[in-house]
This record gives sequence, structure tokens and C-alpha cells, in this order.
Amino acid sequence: MWSFSNIANNIHAWLGNNFNPTMTLVIEMVLAGVAVIGLFAGLGLVLVIMERKVSAWMQIRLGPNRVGPKGMLQSLADTIKLIVKEGLTPDGADKFLFNLAPFIAMIVAMLLMAPIAFAKDFQLWDLNIGVLFVSAVSSIMVISILMAGWASNNKYSLMGAMRSGAQIVSYELSAGLSILTIVVLSGSLSVSDIIYSQADGWWIFKGHIPVLIAFVTFIIAVTAETNRAPFDLAEAESELTAGFHTEYSGMKFALFFLAEYVNVFIVCAIGATLFLGGWMPFHIGSWEGFNQVMDYIPSSIWFFGKTFFLIFVIMWFRWTFPRLRIDQLLNLEWKYLLPISMINLLIVTAMAILKWHF
Amino acid sequence: MFIKKYIQDIWGAVKSLLTGMRRTMYYFTHHKEIITEQYPDNRDTLQLPERFKGEVVMPHDENNEHRCTGCQACELACPNGTIKVIFKNEINAEGKKKKAIDKLVYHLELCTMCNLCIEACPSDAIKMAQTFEHSVFDRNELTKILNNPGSKIMEGVE
Repeated sequence: MWSFSNIANNIHAWLGNNFNPTMTLVIEMVLAGVAVIGLFAGLGLVLVIMERKVSAWMQIRLGPNRVGPKGMLQSLADTIKLIVKEGLTPDGADKFLFNLAPFIAMIVAMLLMAPIAFAKDFQLWDLNIGVLFVSAVSSIMVISILMAGWASNNKYSLMGAMRSGAQIVSYELSAGLSILTIVVLSGSLSVSDIIYSQADGWWIFKGHIPVLIAFVTFIIAVTAETNRAPFDLAEAESELTAGFHTEYSGMKFALFFLAEYVNVFIVCAIGATLFLGGWMPFHIGSWEGFNQVMDYIPSSIWFFGKTFFLIFVIMWFRWTFPRLRIDQLLNLEWKYLLPISMINLLIVTAMAILKWHF
Repeated sequence: MFIKKYIQDIWGAVKSLLTGMRRTMYYFTHHKEIITEQYPDNRDTLQLPERFKGEVVMPHDENNEHRCTGCQACELACPNGTIKVIFKNEINAEGKKKKAIDKLVYHLELCTMCNLCIEACPSDAIKMAQTFEHSVFDRNELTKILNNPGSKIMEGVE
């Protein structure tokens, strides 16, 4: 049957027959890099048009409907526009850091792709601390935002960057604690082990209410970590023009924009992996017939379906809720989410020890 | 007591957020509710809201008669000097001199469509029209005279 892992294995076998092992490794690395960049470009185009259409329909508007069939080529036209625009560096800016920041944002997003399992046995790097790797690397993101804000030599940028720093440092905690609940239940930090532990049902069903609470906490925390509304204080168009990327233009701005959407994809992919079983089809206990029908759907479709469902939920949040003030934002984290997720983690630990989950 | 308030806060927050999300989901799934007018394409079938205000006009009846007495209430009500009333003396049937309007000058380029003149008018002589394609190449075309040439005041309007 057609699958991503078959294609990958065929390419690997063909390269192994035609080149020596070192050359094979180098070519495979290049192929993986190109595939990741291609995925980035595709995601950027798809997610931007999806966001614009979803937002339009939620606000009783039509959205882009002029370029291409039903406006579906709008984001392609925007990309061409951004490529031909001048990438200006302001005179007062710290030129090196200013030009470095968008690339750091991009590189962080690329690194985060490594441990994600896109389909059955199709993963760039199945390292045994995958989840830890993701939560560690994703916090580098704040460095690029702070760098952009500082180097721009603009007070709006600096304020946006400082807010973003406070926000990401706070929300990392509850995101980490809700990830830990799944680590406790599955007993492993490796992404593939976590997915295989959900073969008889996804954790969100097996883990009763505590995992549901952890899931909600996780979604709230990652919405804040990716700086999206209602937690978009870092850019806050109505207060700070565009926050940390006020001074950026052309492709440098586009890289920040792309990094935001790729980050949304990544956190949704992590959420889908941890709580909704990644590429694992929907299985119900011992219903053999039902499970076989579900296995018939390719694993990549399961993965992307779940991820895009979560992306839709995050977009739904964005176009429904008003932006929080900075004190409300920190109150929500330190007074509500953190205590709740700590107690929740204790309950889940007790559940895991006493084997109360299915 | 503190715990009770804490849980009530969370419950209230979740409930109100879910209410909002239900509303946006309703709009997301009901495309018939879309209110966007695709303007230049649907110029012929364009439906404007009842209260849309385009410009001030003075309606005339079939005998070329209007209801304006020249009381200047609109000129006084206007916050930015959009309306100027110019008078002439008319001699009526009994040979008496009577003040009447010669021109009611309306500067569309100054008008903010605030509707204060229409509310101030005691005899309902002016009203807001729904026309809105006002762009012209010469600014002087925006200075309009609201009463038709040769028009006079309607019988019985004081």
C-alpha cells in the first residue's frame, strides 16, 4: 500500500545501492532539508489562505475571492509581492542582530520539525527525548523575538519584545506541565513510543477528565506561546503597530510571518501527537471490524487531519476572543493555569500509578 | 469561600467563552448570513441600509415647489458651515413683500453627513439621499444649489 514510509525506504535502498554510506547520508540530509523547506513553503501558503477564509466566514465576510478560483491563489500573490519588496534595514538599528533575528525564528521552527512523526514510521529523527527536545527548542523562539525587538531601535518593537518575553516564559510552565501528564501516562519521552502507547485509544479518551483538562491547558498555553490572539500582546496591532516586527519589511517580515504559522502547525502537531494519537487511527478497544476500517485510512491523513483540526480550533479562538491586557495575561497563567495544571499532574500521576486509566 | 469563588470564576469564564465560540461557529457554518456587498459588480441590485446617509437633497413636487421657508435653522445647526441660505424678496399675490430663498447652497465637500440639518428643519424641506458615488474631477462641482431654478415655496408652508 502507498505510504510515506515506503517512499522513504525505497529512496534509502536506491541511494544505498548507488552510493557509498557517507554519500548516502549526505544526500539523505539534503533531501530532508529540502523536504522541510518545501513543507514550510506549502504550509505558509495553505495556512495563510485558511486563516483569511476562516476569519472572513467567522466575521460574516467573504474573504479573498478575486485571485484564482474562490481566491485560493491570494497567498501566492502575496508571497510574490513580499519577495519583490525591499528589505529595509533602519539606520539606527543594530544591523547584524536585526538581520539575524528572522533567521533564528526560522531555524527554531525547522529544528522543531525533527522529532515530529508525520506518518507511520516516517520521522526525521526518532530521538528518545523527543518531547523534551521540543519543549527545550521551542523556548529559543523568544530569543529571536527579543533580538528583533532590541535591534530595531524602536520603542514599539522593544515593548512588544518585552511583553513577549514575559508571556513565553510564563506559559512555557503550564505547557510543560500538561505535556508531562502524557509523559507520566505513557512512561516515555520518545514521540514514537507515545504514539504507540495510544494504539488502543487516544490519551484524551483513555485518560478521563484529567487529560481533558491537560489538553485544554495545553491548547491555551501554546496559543500564548505562538503569540496568537487572544494572547497577541507581542504584536498588538492596535497598540504597538506591529510589535517586534514593526521595522521589518519584505522577505525579512515574511520570514517572521512564516515562522508564526509554522509554529502554529508545530504546536498543533505536538498536541495531536500527545493527546490525539498522532498518526494512530481511531481505535475503540476490541471492536475488530471498526478498527480495521479505520486502519484503511492512511496514517498521514490521520496526522494531518488531526493537526489541521487543532489549527482550526486555534484560529477559532483567534477570531472569537478579545485580546487580554498584560496583567490579565499573567493572572491567567500564574493564578489559574499553573495551579490547575500542577494539581492535575498530581491526579494524573496517581492515576498512572494505580492504573485507573484504560 | 476563596475556593468557591475561584471555581465560580473559572466556570463563568469557560461558559462565556463557549457562548462566544458558539456564535462564531454559527456564522462559520451559515454562509447565507454574509453581509458583504460586492459593490462594483452589484451596482444594479445594491441594497443600502435604510439609515444610510449619502448627501442632503431638497425634494420638489411636480409643480417645482419645495417646502423651504428660508428660516436658516439648517444653516445654524450645521457644525461646519456646509449650508448657506441666500435670500431674495418675493412679491406675493396681495402685493406684499415676502422673504424667500433664492439659493440654498450646499457644500458637499464640507459635509460630514451628521444629519443635524435634517433634524433642525421645522418644515421637512430637506432630507438625506442614498446616492454615494460623489467623486468628480473639479472641486467646484461639489458646491450644489439644492433648490431647482425657478422653484418656489409650496402653498401653505410657513
